[in-house]
Amino acid sequence: MSDERYEIRFSGSGGQGIITAAVVIADAVGSFDNKYVCQTQSYGPEARGGKSKAEVVISSSPIDYPKALSVDLLLAMTQTACDAYFFDIKPEGLLVVDSGLVQQLPTSRAVSIPFTQIAREAIGKEIVANMVALGAVGYLCGQVSLSSLEQALLSRVPRGTEQMNSEALHAGIEEAKKIDLDSLPRSVLSDWDDEL
Amino acid sequence: MVTSDQQKRILLQGNEAVVAGALAAGCRFFAGYPITPASEISELLSVKLPELGGTFIQMEDEIASMGAVIGASLAGTKSMTATSGPGFSLIQENLGYACVTEVPCVIVNVMRGGPSTGLPTSPSQGDVQMARWGTHGDHPIIVLAVSSVSDCFSVTVKAFNLSEKYRVPVIVLSDEVVAHTREAVALPDADQIRVIDRIAPDVPPEWYKPYADNNRGVPDMAAFGDGYRHHVTGLIHDDHGYPTQDGKEVEKFIQRIHRKVSKGFQEIQVIKTHDMEDAEICVIAYGSVARSALRAVRDARNQGVKAGLIQLVTLFPFPRKSVDSYLRQCRVAIVPEMNMGQMSREISRVNQGGCRIVKHNKIDGHLISPEEILKHLITV
Repeated sequence: MSDERYEIRFSGSGGQGIITAAVVIADAVGSFDNKYVCQTQSYGPEARGGKSKAEVVISSSPIDYPKALSVDLLLAMTQTACDAYFFDIKPEGLLVVDSGLVQQLPTSRAVSIPFTQIAREAIGKEIVANMVALGAVGYLCGQVSLSSLEQALLSRVPRGTEQMNSEALHAGIEEAKKIDLDSLPRSVLSDWDDEL
Repeated sequence: MVTSDQQKRILLQGNEAVVAGALAAGCRFFAGYPITPASEISELLSVKLPELGGTFIQMEDEIASMGAVIGASLAGTKSMTATSGPGFSLIQENLGYACVTEVPCVIVNVMRGGPSTGLPTSPSQGDVQMARWGTHGDHPIIVLAVSSVSDCFSVTVKAFNLSEKYRVPVIVLSDEVVAHTREAVALPDADQIRVIDRIAPDVPPEWYKPYADNNRGVPDMAAFGDGYRHHVTGLIHDDHGYPTQDGKEVEKFIQRIHRKVSKGFQEIQVIKTHDMEDAEICVIAYGSVARSALRAVRDARNQGVKAGLIQLVTLFPFPRKSVDSYLRQCRVAIVPEMNMGQMSREISRVNQGGCRIVKHNKIDGHLISPEEILKHLITV
């Protein structure tokens, strides 16, 4: 049903920079890599807290429905978001979580990385946890050129914070490089495709 | 809008594309009051307008905003405001004034869940009939709907052009999904955009009759300060702009302000169609829902259903002539809307029993999914 679409959902709590991360990858894909892209979001009326969700649909052809139909990669930065937004991930989809904030994983096809801890300890500011996560997502999805991602990031962050954000992005990329996706269990559902 | 791959694409939000369209069409005045999900329009114009020598003013409320917009337009500046449901309620009084004084202006209403303060961050299409009939009296008005980021640009340009040409307020209906969706688009260069300006009088000031009829039904419009004295009133007025109760003059006036829009109907009514050539079932949709509908139509085609999409860009005056033949061609028309069925009533009205109309209404603050529409397409 979702043909050439690749769908990423960023989720967490309001104030974690979920939407910003989605906008940066959408910019990288759309403005720098010249693919079709649609970025949408949903959030509550609160300024902070509450569930926050942003989606990015990437395609080589014009995109009709702008929101996710079935998610290829879900980033969850809180347990609540993980529980709320996991339901329509593809059987072969990938879950990426902040290991410090999400302990109960609804699937074994999951990658846990301590984004917030890396941001706090390696970069020195917890606020860039979203950019650490963005680096990992950008690397793991395989849908965006990493140099485009950095260019888009630098064009969108406030002046004076480029260095910190760029370091955060690279920390995320490096962390993701350690992950062997092939070692993750495959969904048994795909073995049943012929019978279903 | 045609996007060529040679041009540099930029990532824009629907609201940002509205701003780009307004500026390209020559808008140089904005008055408004911030409201989710329309605030980005004000925010961006507050930066862009001063750079272009234009004026941005945040008013005390939407009633005053609409008043300022009318004043600026009377002074010869293309003007707009942008708001959402609660603010749209407040502009209605002065909107009627703009209709009867024939002042060109554009009002963007980014629809969110209502009634009242409702659901500030959720999409809705609940203001469709209000856009047409929100202000009192028999008034002419044009209502356009946007469904994508590129639409936000091109339809806003069209809104200004129609408003200037016919001297009528034009409402652009957006919704929270369209407004906040970001897409990479290539905007056309300024020289590729057709911009229409109101026609100024060419008679000497002492001969000027500000509301005199002509073959277009649209009086020439002098800007305040250009030396053409004229009186502006919300009372029904004669050719000179002075109040009248003379039955003949009243009827002539009301007839003319409606006739000018009817005369332009061919140009005003815009629809887009997909896969309609051999369609037996069609979906009639507008706004963000049109994108869900397009997806559903494609999925239905893959399952062998001869489905098609009619996307309404012009909602009012209802594009009856464009839709008519399709209603006769199809056996069923599905009308998905994020309201209780405001446009489906209009479609049933013009349909005259031609085909079966199936409503699909969603009022929970979420965008209608392709799957919901597909279900109808494969079962009706």
